[in-house]
Amino acid sequence: MSTHKSSAKAAAAAEKALHEEEPEVAEWQLRLYVAGHTAKSIAAFENLKRVCETHLAGRYTIEVVDLLVNPRLAAGDQILAVPTLVRKFPEPIRKIIGDLSNEERVLVGLDVLPKR
Amino acid sequence: MPRPKKSTKSSAPEARGLPKAATGIQGLDEITGGGLPRGRPTLLCGSAGSGKTMLAAEFLVHGALQFGEPGVFMMFEESATELAQNLSSLGVDLDALQKHKKIAIDHVHIERNEIQETGEYDLEGLFIRLGHAIDSIGARRVVLDTLEALFAGLPNHAVLRAELRRLFRWLKDRGVTAVITAERGAESLTRYGLEEYVADCVILLDHRTVDQVSTRLLRVVKYRGTAHGTNEYPFLIGDDGISVLPITSMRLDHEASTERVSTGIDGLDDMLGGLGLYRGSSTLVSGAPGTGKSSVGASFVDAACRRGERALLFAYEESASQLRRNMRSIGFDLDQWERAGLLRIDASRPTLHGLEQHLVHMHDLVLRFKPSVVVVDPISNLTMERDDRALKPALMRLLDYLKQLGITALFTSLTTDVGIDIADSQVGVSSLMDTWVLLSNLAGNGERTRTLQVLKSRGMPHSHQVREFVMGDHGVDLIDVYLSGDRVLTGTARISQVAQEEAASDLRRRDHERRLKELANHRKAIDAQIAVLNAQAQERAGEVEFAIERERLTAEGHSARSRANAQSRDVPPPRPRPRQPATPTTPRKGAK
Repeated sequence: MSTHKSSAKAAAAAEKALHEEEPEVAEWQLRLYVAGHTAKSIAAFENLKRVCETHLAGRYTIEVVDLLVNPRLAAGDQILAVPTLVRKFPEPIRKIIGDLSNEERVLVGLDVLPKR
Repeated sequence: MPRPKKSTKSSAPEARGLPKAATGIQGLDEITGGGLPRGRPTLLCGSAGSGKTMLAAEFLVHGALQFGEPGVFMMFEESATELAQNLSSLGVDLDALQKHKKIAIDHVHIERNEIQETGEYDLEGLFIRLGHAIDSIGARRVVLDTLEALFAGLPNHAVLRAELRRLFRWLKDRGVTAVITAERGAESLTRYGLEEYVADCVILLDHRTVDQVSTRLLRVVKYRGTAHGTNEYPFLIGDDGISVLPITSMRLDHEASTERVSTGIDGLDDMLGGLGLYRGSSTLVSGAPGTGKSSVGASFVDAACRRGERALLFAYEESASQLRRNMRSIGFDLDQWERAGLLRIDASRPTLHGLEQHLVHMHDLVLRFKPSVVVVDPISNLTMERDDRALKPALMRLLDYLKQLGITALFTSLTTDVGIDIADSQVGVSSLMDTWVLLSNLAGNGERTRTLQVLKSRGMPHSHQVREFVMGDHGVDLIDVYLSGDRVLTGTARISQVAQEEAASDLRRRDHERRLKELANHRKAIDAQIAVLNAQAQERAGEVEFAIERERLTAEGHSARSRANAQSRDVPPPRPRPRQPATPTTPRKGAK
């Protein structure tokens, strides 16, 4: 649903091009909240991308939200900690906080494991 | 948005004492000497239902409405709609405040089971949200209610603690006056030891239930760099929000009026130096059941209304209509004053609510009705389910309040008939009162007499005698003290003594009359004697004069005769006359 928005967001984030996937079929819609280019946010993004590529290749979109740029977006997803990864879809919404360094826990958090 | 971003301390002028941000909460600003430390965080801790959120919300709302300081309310537990509902019960329209950018609300909600933790993180998101909310309305005040909810939501407490420390630092740097609420812990002030981060001001709220009646209490545990009241102060959440009732409002600075008002009982006024009570003073009327306490109260109220002043009567024993009926029987028509809008009778059962609630109610009513005279009948009933210890501070607060407004107050208080512990149970309360009138029953000789005495009355001469107290068709009055020898007589004893003395004096009067009459008679007798003697004296005087005259005449006759004899013999008068025994007239005659 939010794929159009996500493309715009990705541009704003100005990281590497994130949505390797075709926007239409995004089965996994993920949003990563960060606050500026800190070591933690970069690590989180890289960890996330690695996990997704490994387990959800071709079936995900990642939208990165920099709260320093868009502070008002923090309230919508009830973000307190950064980095926070939000699984927007499939529902229900799940959140993973931290730099996503533990792959196992990311997969548990995203509820991807059974799929593996 | 003028906001001092720099400066780790408070805002600009640190020169004269600590700058403070008024809370606008009645009483709290007095205790803290002006409010919470400006530009610093204050920790507000208390158990569930102790009124933390309400106090914090009022701090914010008053800031926005009265002091021109917009505020951010960040909630971790309640939702925005819940808060709006709670505040609307106090007449605060939260939506409008939000619309006018006076208050910003952010509801932080964390669901533990939604959250997984992997690796490092910080709470920058919270900072960003708070910062954004502050910036959006230029907030000067911040409330975090209840920050500790984070401990339940975030598993890594080490990170959380580090971030909280950073948060408090950050709040100071932003120069906002913050209130952080926290749950009371079992051994520490707060469950998660937040007090170690907030070093400037800690306020503790408590909610105690004694004998099924609850009391809310507030205590300033710590307030760095300023003097503050350290006691536990009861507070209330009433229709107008929180009001903390400082026990003595720290100072006794009400104006003392020298104006006097009548008690409505002439005899009592006479006992009080002839002028009655001071306006704005407080009077305790204590006595056993049936000694006429309510009547004294009614008479006081009646007198006030007669002067055209407003009076407020709190009745805790009788219903308003019963009171009206009973007072009519002794000649007080309270109806007319009620109709005229001068009198308001507020009758309720003391058990209706706790002492604090009664106090709020009284405050409310006094504030709205603006009476110049207040009667509470009786205060002792308010302690029905409590000890007197609770009554004293409560009463003190009420008295302070009334005195500040210059309201003359009269409290009645029930004491046991036995009379032994009257002093015990009343002395605590009576020390607060300016005037203490004691009504008592004197039983003896087969009857009971009501008596009245003034035990004390500050700042005026007053009679120390016990007067007899009578209730008639025309109100209450006192009968002048009747002293017989060294005893004060009352009731039948007085009447019989009066009769006796009257009889005795009648007797005396007659005796006097008799003696006077006797005296008059005596005088008359003496007068008569005097007249007789006078007559006798005159008589004798007449006789004496007569004798003298006769003798003279005789003597003259002699000499005339002898002269005639001499002439008839025609002899020249002999020159050398032989000395003869003759009458003294002869030489004179010869000389002639």
